[in-house]
Amino acid sequence: MALTGIQIYKLLPQTNCKACGFPTCLAFAMKLAAKQVELSACPYVTEESEKQLAESAAPPIRLISLKSDGYEVKAGNEVCMFRHEKTFYNKPGIFLRLKASDPDIAAKAALADSYAVNYVGMDLHLDGIAIEADADLAAAVKAVRTTSKRPLILVGKDAGPLEAALSLLAGEQALIYAADSSNLTPMVNLAKKHKAALALKAATLEALADLTQQAQAEGLEDLVLDLGGTNMGDWLNRATQARRLALKSNFRPLGFPTIFLAGQNGSAREALSAAQAIVKYAGFIVLDTFSPDLIYPLLVLRENIYTDPQKPIQVQPGVYEINSPKPDSPVLVTTNFSITYFSVANEVEGSGLSAWLLVCDAEGMSVLTAWAAGKFDSERIAKSVKGSDLGNKVSKKRLVLPGHVAVLSGELEEELSDWEIRVGPREAVDLPAFMKQALN
Amino acid sequence: MSVEVPKDKWPGSIRTVSLGATASEGGTRARSVIVGGETTMPYLSFEAPTPNKPAIAIEIKSHKPEDWSPVLAQAWGDVMSDAPAWAKRAEEVGADLIVLALTPDDTPESAVKCVKSVLAASSLPLIVWGPGQADKDNELLVPVAEATKGEKIVLGICEDKNYRTIVAAAMANGHIVQASTPMDVNLSKQLNILVSDMGMPKDRILTDPTTGALGYGIEYGYSVMERLRLAGLQGDATTQQPMIVTPGLEAWKTKEAKVGEGVPEAWGDWSKRAINWETLTAIALVESGADILVLRHPETLKNVKDAISELMIA
Ligand code: B12
Ligand code: SF4
Repeated sequence: MALTGIQIYKLLPQTNCKACGFPTCLAFAMKLAAKQVELSACPYVTEESEKQLAESAAPPIRLISLKSDGYEVKAGNEVCMFRHEKTFYNKPGIFLRLKASDPDIAAKAALADSYAVNYVGMDLHLDGIAIEADADLAAAVKAVRTTSKRPLILVGKDAGPLEAALSLLAGEQALIYAADSSNLTPMVNLAKKHKAALALKAATLEALADLTQQAQAEGLEDLVLDLGGTNMGDWLNRATQARRLALKSNFRPLGFPTIFLAGQNGSAREALSAAQAIVKYAGFIVLDTFSPDLIYPLLVLRENIYTDPQKPIQVQPGVYEINSPKPDSPVLVTTNFSITYFSVANEVEGSGLSAWLLVCDAEGMSVLTAWAAGKFDSERIAKSVKGSDLGNKVSKKRLVLPGHVAVLSGELEEELSDWEIRVGPREAVDLPAFMKQALN
Repeated sequence: MSVEVPKDKWPGSIRTVSLGATASEGGTRARSVIVGGETTMPYLSFEAPTPNKPAIAIEIKSHKPEDWSPVLAQAWGDVMSDAPAWAKRAEEVGADLIVLALTPDDTPESAVKCVKSVLAASSLPLIVWGPGQADKDNELLVPVAEATKGEKIVLGICEDKNYRTIVAAAMANGHIVQASTPMDVNLSKQLNILVSDMGMPKDRILTDPTTGALGYGIEYGYSVMERLRLAGLQGDATTQQPMIVTPGLEAWKTKEAKVGEGVPEAWGDWSKRAINWETLTAIALVESGADILVLRHPETLKNVKDAISELMIA
């Protein structure tokens, strides 16, 4: 937790010598608290104070990033308990666990690696592969690396096989899962040697805090926590406690991102507990089942929860050309809320039909929200039409309104007297059929 | 190392609302369903136990819904054209409550008849929704309220446009109202005040904060719910009603749930995806404080009940 100006002031020499360019130490402390100056501007600060100030400036939940050739997955650096307080920053990395003993491991990794699903114009992916050391781990890593370059989590208890696998991953930052009180020192040494992050596991938060302290004393900072727990309630309570301790009490020993193995309580619970882990603070989530019908909604949930509440995702207003429209193609009107735009654009694009899609500036709101807020009315739509060069581009001046705002058609006919105003269906799914039947 | 977890001690708590009247209370329900009463953010048992588990309602329609996803039609089969049989089936698969949604085709007579037949077929407490147009809702819900006097059903949707009529009907006949506002903390508080100012007892109001589906605005409702719950715990008396949400209705509107063909391969198996869409929408809302979840698919009901029972153990 950041220190207040007064707390910082107590750590300064309090001589008001002005060398920093401020009249008093207190004035300088206030600027420091506001992060508007650097501590180095004071030449007289003691080493001890410097250390304390540096510690307080560190984020309450350490940023851990797993890296491999061109990929990076980050967790940590979060600042709030509830997303409306600010926003959640680093989306939990979602990994698929495969077994080293699986003869098809390379093919399965390929499948997970290439999985991509489009959601509001973004390609969503899995973030990496976790490999369970139930057989020759190094061989499995080699096999996986033939089909996937994404970051890895190595799951095992014995330093020997882990070491063999890690030596194949020079230049990467992998995550080792997991050390407990029985193998801490060898695992810490291994992680240090190979610049890996290390997950720690213990039955209680107290024991976990002991482990992180010990690992840090042995020189390892990049730690990840497995909070334990045997059911969703347990896990929710532990995750809340750890996050609260880090953010509210500035309790460093638990100031690390967490990892959650969603398959640990059986496949029936995997979807439910993974969903909980997404909304409740997990840093890394490991799935045991590769099932697109689950991965797609999980990835979307993650996008939604990690959207900045202050900035709805918007697209640029303007005219979008779908499937190379011709002068006699219809003009479809919608708003610049991303979800709305892509619902419509994807539908028309997928149907192969051509259209001019006129995206009005509705301040990033959906059709009905914008209409209710007065940001999508006949005046605004008419203005967008007139402000575009559509008048010159189309030969048939046909404008299709979303069915939900059918009420606007009368007024719009008055505003745009040279246009034919048509009311489309309510849902975008029905647009292709409407365009085929009603517009030809 | 000893770890001292900071605990929140809230001055306020959520009210309890009891749905459905038993014979001794002047109704015909086998038992009442009690929701609310929380004194912490959802399921934080290290602060206090959760007194009542959230209830699951299954939504059925007075007339066969022709536009529902085939995945739902397959799950329910023929009962979809027979509201009382549908209610009975919903009870068999484990619903705690029934939501009976009337349609624009209903007349006051057909609505009353249907509501009575559902009450006769199932012993669960009932929520009745109008078709969702303020005037039509009034036309149907008032006679329904009168014909079910004393049953303590929930009348929805009660919004700024028609709350006077719905609240008056609920007060006169011993029912509960579902007060709905579009995803806004202040609007929710305002409607709550308007409803209580009419003299409606606070233990007969449910807050409906409005739900968005996964992928279609869930995050707005999610955060509004967290903010309402936090405000209630902080002692704001206008945000202390139990919350009812509609993940079924919203999730099954989405293309992901409705459409099986011509969609990307990355969407996976249609029926599983559709159920996951509803399940994940519901789970997120359980985590943000839902007290009543209205669902559509029996498999989702099972999933959400499983999650709730795990959340209640700890
Ligand atoms: C999320 C949401 C919000 C979010 C805004 C999200 C955003 N960026 O837009 C927030 C919480 C901010 C919000 C605020 C408000 N909201 Co609001 N909100 C919703 C909600 C839950 C979902 C909207 C959504 O995102 N839908 C998904 C998108 C993709 O839908 P869509 O844009 O309509 O697009 C579909 C179709 O229209 C069609 N389509 C789109 N373009 C085109 C074009 C053509 C040619 C065709 C044919 C089809 C087509 O395809 C799409 C997919 O099928 C709805 C209720 C609901 N469950 O639907 C209420 C809702 C839209 N909101 C409503 C209201 C009243 C408001 C407020 C005015 C309340 C208030 N006073 O605070 C404010 C207004 C905003 C403001 N003043 O700042 C009402 C509108 C009622 C009405 N009929 O007038 C609704 C319907 C809720 C309700 N039942 O009362 N809201
Ligand atoms: S330079 Fe350091 S000691 Fe001098 S006034 Fe600034 S803060 Fe105080």
